[in-house]
Amino acid sequence: MLKNVHFGPSVLPFLLVLPQIIVTLVFFIWPASQALYQSLLLEDAFGLKTEFVWFRNFEDLLSDPLYWDSFKITIVFSFLVAFLSMSFALILALFADRVIKGSGAYRTLLIWPYAVAPVTAGALWVFMFNPTLGIVSYALSALGYEWNHQLNGGEAMALVVMASAWKQVAYNFLFFLAGLQSIPKSLIEAAAIDGAGPMRRTIDIVLPLLSPTTFFLLVINIVYAFFETFGVIHVVTAGGPAGATNILVYKVFNDGFVGLDLGGSAAQSVILMIMVIALTVVQFKYVEKRVDY
Amino acid sequence: MIENRPLLTIFSHIMLILGVAVIALPIWIMFVAASHPEIRMTQVPLPMLPGGHFFENLDIALSRGMSGMDGNGVGYMMLNSLAMAMMIAVGKIAISLLSAFAIVYFRFPFRMFFFWMIFITLMLPVEVRILPTYEVVANLGMLDTYWGLSIPLIASATATFMFRQVFLTIPDELLEAARIDGAGPMRFFWDILIPMSRTNIAALFVILFIYGWNQYLWPLLITSETSMYTIVMGIKQMLEAAEQVPQWNIIMMTALLAMLPPVCVVIFMQSLFVKGLTETEK
Repeated sequence: MLKNVHFGPSVLPFLLVLPQIIVTLVFFIWPASQALYQSLLLEDAFGLKTEFVWFRNFEDLLSDPLYWDSFKITIVFSFLVAFLSMSFALILALFADRVIKGSGAYRTLLIWPYAVAPVTAGALWVFMFNPTLGIVSYALSALGYEWNHQLNGGEAMALVVMASAWKQVAYNFLFFLAGLQSIPKSLIEAAAIDGAGPMRRTIDIVLPLLSPTTFFLLVINIVYAFFETFGVIHVVTAGGPAGATNILVYKVFNDGFVGLDLGGSAAQSVILMIMVIALTVVQFKYVEKRVDY
Repeated sequence: MIENRPLLTIFSHIMLILGVAVIALPIWIMFVAASHPEIRMTQVPLPMLPGGHFFENLDIALSRGMSGMDGNGVGYMMLNSLAMAMMIAVGKIAISLLSAFAIVYFRFPFRMFFFWMIFITLMLPVEVRILPTYEVVANLGMLDTYWGLSIPLIASATATFMFRQVFLTIPDELLEAARIDGAGPMRFFWDILIPMSRTNIAALFVILFIYGWNQYLWPLLITSETSMYTIVMGIKQMLEAAEQVPQWNIIMMTALLAMLPPVCVVIFMQSLFVKGLTETEK
C-alpha cells in the first residue's frame, strides 16, 4: 500500500489529497448524511413544519404495497436484463473465440453500443416500437400481434429490458471474450485428444473455467440495471403504465422531485445505499478470485 | 485452432454476423429515419432504406431544432455536453492523480482515514443521494452552471484506485535515483510519475469522457435554463414534444448527433478503451 521508499512527513500530502477530500465531503458524505437525517423527519405538505419521527418513514415505506411492488419490479427487471445481455454476449463470445480471421472486426462491431447513452438507447427502442409508427410494431401487427407498451405493462417491461440489455451486451462480450482467451489452450487440446467435441468441451471445460468472469459480470449487470437504467426508464415508459416499470431508482426520483415527499424519498435513498454497499462488498470480495486478463 | 472443422467455422461466422445485425439494427433504423423528410416519417410503414434528406435534416437539427422548441438548434447542447464531459474527465483524473500520489508516496497522519473516505464514494452513486446533493449545489449557487454540472461528479474512488495500482508497480529505484539527483516530490511527480502513467491516463480519459457525455439524471436535476441543456437531455425534450408533433427525422438526427462523439471515441481509440474498461472494472 505504501512504498518502501517514500517521502517524509510534510504538509504537502495534505495539500495533495485536499481537492478530492473536499469534493468527497461536500458532495458525497454531507449529502449522504443529510439523506440519513431527512429519512428520520416528517415534513407537512406545505414545508412549514418538520417533525422528528424516528423510523416512521421506514415503517410507512415497508408497509406500503407500492414500495414492495417497485421492489419486485426492480428484481425482475435486473434479473431479465442481466440474463438477456449476458447470455447473448456469452454465445457471441464463444463463437468469436473460435474464429481466427476477423475476430477483431467482430469485436469492433459489437462493442460500440457501450458508448450510447441510456437515454439515446431508450429513444431508439421507443421509436422502433412506437405503437402507431414503429417498424417493429408494424411488423408485429402484420403477424397479428398488436403491440402497445403504453397500455400493456408486460410489453412496457419487455421494452425497457431490451433497451437496457442491448446497451450492456458490449461490456459483457468484451469481458467474456477476454475470459475465454485466458483459458489455457492445453486444457482444450487435452480434451480434444480424448475425443471431446466442441460442444462437450464448452460445457465441461470452458463454462466452468469461465464462472469467475460470469459471477463478476452478474454483479456488474445487477448494479447497472439497478442504478444506470434511469435514463432508459425515464424516456421509454416514465415508470408506467400504472407503475409496471417503476424501478426503485425511478421511484426515489419521482417521489422526491415530482411528489415532493422528502422524508419518504430520503428513506428510499437510505435503503438503496444499503443495497449498493452490499453489492460493493460482494464485488470486492470476489473480484480477487477473478481470472486474470 | 484445435481441430479443423470448416462447417463449424462457417456456422460461427454466420452466428456472429447475425449477432452484429441484431446489435446494429436500432442504429440502422435511426440512420434511415434521419435521412427522410418529415412527411415520409408519418406514413406507415416507415422506410427501411435511406432517403436523400440526410444533410437537410442535419442542418435543421443543428440550426433550428424541432418546430415548437426554442429555435436555437441542438448545436449549443453539443457544446454543453462537450464542456461537461471534458470537465468531468480532466477533473477526475487530476484530483485522483494527486490523491493517489499522496497515498502511495507519503507517510502522513490520517493517511488510511483519507483512503477510506475516498473509498466510501464508491458506495454513494448520485442516484441514491439526489435530493440532498441537489440542495448542496443549490445553496452553493451552482445551479445552471458548468461547475454544478461537473464538480459533484468528479470525486471517484475507481480512478484513485487505478492510479494507486499503477504507482505501486513503478520500481522504487526510480524514486531513489530521483532523490539522488536532488528532485523534490512535485518534480518527481511531473517528470517521472506522469510520463510513466501516460497510457493509463489516456485509457481512463476515454472511459470518463463517455461517462461524462452520457450523464443524464444529474444534468436533468440541476439545469432549468434551456441554454444549459445537454444533448442527451435534448432528446428527452424532443420525445415529449413528439407526442403532439412527431418529427422523428429530427429526433433521430439528434440521437445520431448525441451518440456520435462517444461512439467515435470507442471505435478510434479501441485499445485504450478496452484497457480503461478492464483496469477500472467500469
